[in-house]
Amino acid sequence: MSAFPMTGAVARPAAEEAALRKALASTPRPPRASALSAALTFGWRGMLKVKHVPEQLLDVTITPVMFVVLFTYLFGGAIAGSTGEYLDYILPGILVMSVLFTTVYSGVALNTDLTKGVVDRFRSLPIWRPAPLVGALLGDSVRYLVAGTVIVGLGVALGYRPGAGLPGVVAAMALVIVFAFGLSWIFTTLGLLMRSPSAVMNAGFMGIFPVTFLSNVFVEPETLPSGLEAFVNVNPISILADASRGLMEGDASATDIGIVLATAAVLTAVFAPLTTHLYRTRS
Amino acid sequence: MNRQIPLAIEATGLVKSFGETRAVDGVDLAVRSGSVYGVLGPNGAGKTTTVRMLATLLRPDAGSARVLGHDIVREADAVRSSVSLTGQLASVDEDLTGRENLILIGRLLGLKRPAAKARAKELLEAFGIAEASGRLVKNYSGGMRRRLDIAASIVVTPELMFLDEPTTGLDPRSRNQVWDIIRALRSGGTTILLCTQYLDEADQLADGIAVIDHGKVIAEGTPGQLKASVGSGALHVRLLDPDQRHEAEHVLARELGPVHLEPDPAALSSSCADADRGAEAVAELVRAGIGIADFSLGQPSLDEVFLALTGHPAEEQELDDADREEQAA
Repeated sequence: MSAFPMTGAVARPAAEEAALRKALASTPRPPRASALSAALTFGWRGMLKVKHVPEQLLDVTITPVMFVVLFTYLFGGAIAGSTGEYLDYILPGILVMSVLFTTVYSGVALNTDLTKGVVDRFRSLPIWRPAPLVGALLGDSVRYLVAGTVIVGLGVALGYRPGAGLPGVVAAMALVIVFAFGLSWIFTTLGLLMRSPSAVMNAGFMGIFPVTFLSNVFVEPETLPSGLEAFVNVNPISILADASRGLMEGDASATDIGIVLATAAVLTAVFAPLTTHLYRTRS
Repeated sequence: MNRQIPLAIEATGLVKSFGETRAVDGVDLAVRSGSVYGVLGPNGAGKTTTVRMLATLLRPDAGSARVLGHDIVREADAVRSSVSLTGQLASVDEDLTGRENLILIGRLLGLKRPAAKARAKELLEAFGIAEASGRLVKNYSGGMRRRLDIAASIVVTPELMFLDEPTTGLDPRSRNQVWDIIRALRSGGTTILLCTQYLDEADQLADGIAVIDHGKVIAEGTPGQLKASVGSGALHVRLLDPDQRHEAEHVLARELGPVHLEPDPAALSSSCADADRGAEAVAELVRAGIGIADFSLGQPSLDEVFLALTGHPAEEQELDDADREEQAA
C-alpha cells in the first residue's frame, strides 16, 4: 500500500510562494571564511549555548568555591600552621587545579556533540578543518576565565593579597588558560576515541586527578618521600603552579614560564592534528 | 547516456565496509546536472553510507567518484565548496535557535555578519519558521526542523544538494511542504540527490531513480521505466480467515504472479498490471470460497518494488544506517 494516501502539492498563498522563490533565487557564494573567522564563529556557538543554558556555568563557579573553602579551612591549620598562610600557598594552586579539571569537559562536550547530526554539516562545510575544535576550545577558555575569576575573587574576600596585584593575577590567569588550552587537546582526542560522554569523563578524571594531586598544588614537595618528590618536581602541573604563584607574587621564574608555554605548545602540536584527523575521519 | 549534458555525480564501484559488513558493495551512479535523482531503498540498504562518501564525510574503501568534476578523495575541499548536505538526523544544532543556526552557517560560509543576518531572516520567512525563529530548535516540530535543515543547506545556493530521507517521519502536510521546496530548488537549477524509502516520493520528484539493496544498485531508470518493470500497481487483499492465506496465495500466484505475504497474517499482495486482471483475481478468490474482508488496487509500495526486482521483500538490514539511528535516539 502506498505510504501516503495524499499526493500533489498543497496550494500556497501567492505571497508565501513569492517569498519562497525569492529565497531560493541563487545567492552568490562569498569568498571562503578565514580560519580565524571560522574558529571565532564556533567560539560564538559555544557562547550561545552558555547564554541559553546558564546553569552549565555551575561547575566552573560552585566547584572552585568548594575547593577554596574546603582546602583552606580543613587542611590549612594542619598543613601550613594557619589558614591565612595556607591560603597564600594554595590559592594559585586551586586556580590551576580548577581550570585543569574543567578541561576534561571539553572532551565530554565534543563527544556529546558527535552524537548529533549537526557535526555532519560542519564536516561537509568548506572551512578550515580544525575550526570547530579550536572554536570550541576558545569558547571553553571563557569558562576557564570564569572559574579563575571566581577563585581569585573569593581568595581576596578571604584575605588573600597577591604581591604583584592585579597585573600579576591577570598574567597568572593567562598562563593557566594557555596551558589549559594545550591540555584540552588530550581530552578532545579522548573525546573522539571513546564511545560515550561518561566514559570520557571517567577516563579523563582518572588521568587528571592523580597527576594534579601528585604536584605541588597542595603541599611542598620537600615533605614527600624522595621518589615521589622527584616526580612532583618534574610534573608540568607543579611547574605551572610555581609559575602562577610567582606571577601573582611578582617573583616568577622565566624558566618556569618557558617550560609551561613549551609544554602547552608540544601538547597542541601533537594532539591538535590528531584530534583534527580523528574528527575528520570518524564515521 | 547523453554526452552533451555534464554529470553532476559519477560514481564507479564505490565500496565501504564497517567491520564484517559491506554497507556499500560496488555502487555505480550517474546523475545528470540539474536533475533530481532518487536513491530508493529500505533502511540499512547503504543509501546513507553512499551519500556520506559522496559528501566527503567517509572515505570509500574502493572505487571512485567525481562530484561536480572533482574527485571526492583527492579534491574533497573543492567538493565541499559546492555541495550541501541535509543528513538523516537533522543537521541543525538543537541547542541554538533557528535564527542562530542559519547565522552560524552563513558566517561559516563566509558571509559578513549583516549579510548572514539578512539571509537568515529571508529564509526563515520563506520557509514559514519566522515566528519560531527565536525558539530553541529542540522545541521545534519535526516538520519545522526539516525545513530549517533544508534552509541551512541553501544559505548559499549549492550546485548539488544531498537530501537524506527528508520526509521520513513527517505528517503529510509537512511532507508536501518539503516536496514544494525540493521542486522549487530543482527549478532553480540545483542538482539534488534524494535518498528515500518511499517509491511515491521518488515517483513525485525524481527524474531518475536507482534502487539499492544490500549495498548494490539493483535497478535503475526513470520512474516510468521502473514502474513498468514492477507493474503499475498491486492488488492487496485481506482475508476474513488467516488460515485461508495459503490457499489464497496459490490462487493469486496462478492469476498474477509472485505473491508477497504481509506482516498482517490475514493480508497478502501481488503486483498487478491492470485493473481488469485484478478484478479477475478477486473473483477467482471468491470462486475458490475464500472470504475477503477487503481488497484494494494501488500504487506499488517499496515492498512490492523489491518483491518484483529481487524476489524478496524489503526487510530492514541491520547495517550502519539503523545503528546510526539507534545512536541518535
